[in-house]
Amino acid sequence: MTAATEIERAWALLAQVPDPELPAVSVVDLGIARDVQFDDGRLVVTITPTYSGCPAMREIEEDVRTLLAQRFDDVEVRTVLSPPWTTDWITEDGRRKLADAGIAPPGVRMLPLLMQGQPEACPHCGSSAVEELAGFGSTACKALWRCTSCREPFDYVKAH
Amino acid sequence: MGDHAVEALLRVGDSCLVLAQRLTAWCGHAPALEEDIALANIALDILGQARGLLTRTGEIEGAGRDEDALAYLRDAPDYRNVLLVEQPNGDYGHTMLRQFLFDAWAVELWPRLASSSDPVVAGIAGKAAKEAAYHVRHSSTWVVRLGDGTEESHHRMLAALDMLWPYTGEAFLDDEVDVAAAESALMPLPSSLLPAYRHRVEAVLADATLPVPPDPWWQRGGRQGSHSEHLTYLLADMQVVHRAHPGASW
Repeated sequence: MTAATEIERAWALLAQVPDPELPAVSVVDLGIARDVQFDDGRLVVTITPTYSGCPAMREIEEDVRTLLAQRFDDVEVRTVLSPPWTTDWITEDGRRKLADAGIAPPGVRMLPLLMQGQPEACPHCGSSAVEELAGFGSTACKALWRCTSCREPFDYVKAH
Repeated sequence: MGDHAVEALLRVGDSCLVLAQRLTAWCGHAPALEEDIALANIALDILGQARGLLTRTGEIEGAGRDEDALAYLRDAPDYRNVLLVEQPNGDYGHTMLRQFLFDAWAVELWPRLASSSDPVVAGIAGKAAKEAAYHVRHSSTWVVRLGDGTEESHHRMLAALDMLWPYTGEAFLDDEVDVAAAESALMPLPSSLLPAYRHRVEAVLADATLPVPPDPWWQRGGRQGSHSEHLTYLLADMQVVHRAHPGASW
């Protein structure tokens, strides 16, 4: 088996590691898993935190190591901070899965002052008539918004 | 890099750590659920920034101290935070004004630190810059809302400004540590951040219908290890479990 195939297998396994706080999406969907390489026979997975204080990082690291250890003998998980994570790294697949789970994916940042952008649509009814309820939500990466059409509140992954 | 790097990094790292500890005291006590969550989130970001910086400080120091040793096993005279962040929480308006006066500094500092000569510090700062920009949006909104709010909230914000203002100058007073850190391109010179800081603070205070107080004698000394007694109580609270159970893990 070539190294390239092995790396592909590692990525496929990583795609099965859910984010502990957003279980609808994987660490690959979110862009937390940055790189997979072989270094002298050792599989090195590089991950990056979403926010400086993200309390899920250690759990993610352990989940990644545990799952990859099923196939690879020698696994190392490295954490890097640079370049800093951005919601632009969330994959199209990830955005769709978030919306399916009732969480609005990050929207476009219109103005520098509007740091978190705005949800494109309510994940429940699809209306674009939405308003912010609170700038901070149930996890570091989310804010709380509300749809003024169907009146349902929803989580929103802040553009970051 | 050497001693000046350790000292200079502690000044920022400790300021973040102490402020995070102050903010966590609001958890379960804020006036509204949304604000409870907001403060806990902000504290978490700032604690994350502190952890990164303290870990890096320990590596540069090379004496085997990790983030826990630096956070839990130093007494007040070894802390290098600015005095502003150790000031008691007061009421919610007081806390938000203190937060704004800190955020307005952080939002200028982090983007400059993102080009630090130390790549680890630069990496921490690159993340922190985005977080600080989000925090200052929140705290400025509250300063304006409460300053330009009811008669009661306006008076409380005036009183908070009166208390906190003398503590806002310290972060911009250069000493030999800062000069050395700037010369090695580890950090910007503190005084170089002042014009942008003043610009932002004056604009938000104007929106909040709060007068910019005259420049007092700036309270100082925290960055050199001379603290108010408030820090001693804060550290006792923060460190007691770690010190009572040395080496405990779970």
